[in-house]
Amino acid sequence: MERRTIFGQRLLPVILVAPQFLLTLIFFLWPACQAIWSSMTRQDPFGLHSQFAGLDNFVELFTDPLYRASIGRTVFFMAAVSALSMSLALLLAVFADREIRGRTIYRTLLIWPYAIAPAMAAVLWIVLLQPQVGILAAWLSRHGIAWDYHLNDTQAMLMIVLACAWKQVSYNFIFFLAGLQSIPRTVLEAARMDGARGWHRFRTITFPLLAPTSFFLLVVNLVYAAFDTFGTIQALTQGGPGKATETLVVKVYRDGVVNLDIGSSSAQSVVLMIGVIGLTALQFRFLGRRQLT
Amino acid sequence: MKRRTLLAATVAAPFAAVDHASGQPGKIPVVFWHAMTGANADETNRLARAFNESQSEAEVQPVFKGGYADTLTAAIAAWRADQAPHLVQIFEVGTGSMLAAGPATKQVWQLAKETGVDLDPAIYIPGVRGYYSLTDGRLASRPFNSSTAVMWYNKDAFAAAGLDPEKAPSTWPEVIVAARAIKAKIGTPAMGAVKSPVTSSWMIWVQLEQYSAIHDLPYATKANGFEGLDAELKFNGPAQVKQWDRLLGMAKEGLYEYGGRDTVPDALFYSGQAAIGFGSSAGRGDIVRNARFKWAEALLPIDPEVNAHPINSIIGGASLWTMTTKQRTAAEYKAVAQFLKFIATPEQDAHFHQTTGYVPVTFAGYEKSKADGYYEKQPGADVPIKQLARGKVTANSRGLRLGRLAEIRNILYEETEKALQGQQSGKQALDNGVTRGDRVLREFQKSVGG
Repeated sequence: MERRTIFGQRLLPVILVAPQFLLTLIFFLWPACQAIWSSMTRQDPFGLHSQFAGLDNFVELFTDPLYRASIGRTVFFMAAVSALSMSLALLLAVFADREIRGRTIYRTLLIWPYAIAPAMAAVLWIVLLQPQVGILAAWLSRHGIAWDYHLNDTQAMLMIVLACAWKQVSYNFIFFLAGLQSIPRTVLEAARMDGARGWHRFRTITFPLLAPTSFFLLVVNLVYAAFDTFGTIQALTQGGPGKATETLVVKVYRDGVVNLDIGSSSAQSVVLMIGVIGLTALQFRFLGRRQLT
Repeated sequence: MKRRTLLAATVAAPFAAVDHASGQPGKIPVVFWHAMTGANADETNRLARAFNESQSEAEVQPVFKGGYADTLTAAIAAWRADQAPHLVQIFEVGTGSMLAAGPATKQVWQLAKETGVDLDPAIYIPGVRGYYSLTDGRLASRPFNSSTAVMWYNKDAFAAAGLDPEKAPSTWPEVIVAARAIKAKIGTPAMGAVKSPVTSSWMIWVQLEQYSAIHDLPYATKANGFEGLDAELKFNGPAQVKQWDRLLGMAKEGLYEYGGRDTVPDALFYSGQAAIGFGSSAGRGDIVRNARFKWAEALLPIDPEVNAHPINSIIGGASLWTMTTKQRTAAEYKAVAQFLKFIATPEQDAHFHQTTGYVPVTFAGYEKSKADGYYEKQPGADVPIKQLARGKVTANSRGLRLGRLAEIRNILYEETEKALQGQQSGKQALDNGVTRGDRVLREFQKSVGG
């Protein structure tokens, strides 16, 4: 059933929509157009010399093996962060959904990490894992593991995946918990009466009924891993060692803000924008608009 | 909502908002953006206050704009919006970009000519002056906080290893001998917190740029870029490869701990975990505050087989650039010039030097510090000055005038980190650095229309 509100005049709806429309125009559409334009120019930082370069910047990007490697790395990173944070969150949600004493406290505690600023989260992980002062790092080196993420590609990647996934667990946890609670008890009870037990019940009833939530979270997590992790990565490794943790968004920052290469940085932004549009389109296509709002 | 925010974050240029400190009515405002923190920021604010009290027409308003790179980006964004500050502090590696900025800046010689204020470049120490001058000697920006690379060492650790704590190793073979002696004693009670013999902050700046300068080796063609935008990188010569192989070998033997990029390894020396630390001479204040051991400051070691007669090292730090806007008046430029003249007086320069650990940028400031007895009270504080003034400045030791130098440093960090993990040799790291760095230089050349 759909409810409709009918406006009498023409003016009122326009006025009501205008603020949101203006905000979108000024803060989203206009910069987006600027980025597209800049991506087709070659200019110095001060904008004194600006030449139209057509698709040169894009050609240079995709012929650069380092950029292609960065795409691969980012895809791996997105998959790793999403898989880790979603599976952990699901596990925690299933346990917190049980009838246990003090579960509100568990739930509140589990939501905390989401409220921590990325740079702060990074500092927490540095305290744990910094090779010289980290508590966990000291424990590792006592047990014969040479831990130094400044100089070990695998360890650096492992660390940023851990740090970024940890931050997202809370968000996923809330959604999974809500998803679990919205599963009709009657269905679960019917299954129980039919003799379906723990894992079997989860696999055949709970998990399929959580599918819309899971898919929504998957898209959100992929986008989070691609973009929102910038602060954490920048504070932890700045993309190093080598280029081991340089994801696409770190590279945009490096080329645009540090190296002041506006053309290439804009081209990279445009590539990312296309990526987000693709992901979003996918989500709308498979989920429809009304299922989750 | 989330999606849209992300979309915006992707495309919106991260340009900082422009804010001006509110000034007193009737005075000519001079907005001064800087990137100083801690004790250095206090001293910068003191300079502005002292100037404001010394006259009644103009008022300098210092504004902290974040790190060096942030400040440069903010200044560029502000100029494009016609909101540039009067003065901005730009780090030395941004000099190439600022020189190519044409109408966005008013170089010191132009400022002196237009305002009639005497801003004589001859008062500055040559090693400092050269970095910020055009090839014909005209001064482009006003040298501000200048440091150079030095070697710090832990005297207690030297004593514990049976080395003479009063004698710093002056050559790389001596450094290796000392490092081995220290390594042999690590874990003994006398060695205390020491876990590794040697580390280096700013590895590329210290071990490659400074190394090339003091040994009189070219870093790039065209006099390290001073004579043209078409310079090509040259830091993969046999002597530099030898230095890289030496450091990689030391790392393998457990004598050298990489520690991380830029200033990250500073803490290794301050906390006493590394017995020898290379870094900026500007770290002195922090070492005085943090080190719980006896330490000394020493000249950078040399390789006598490469060059037994080392020359001057080059500076790091930042300079002050005058920026333009369309509506800026002659009176405002004059106020800027007067401020620049004021901070170059011997009293101000010496005070800045003694409170921050940066070197004095004028001869008179140095002489005043000597007369004050500063170097008797702070032994070793004149090491950077002596190193900067050593020998005769050559095309290889004037400095580096390369566009996007910060990016080239990052490339070298990346390649070196791969070499330290054993993924490639020292020569391959430097060769790749040259190939990738040259591509950056050509991009820069194209972008500024050179």
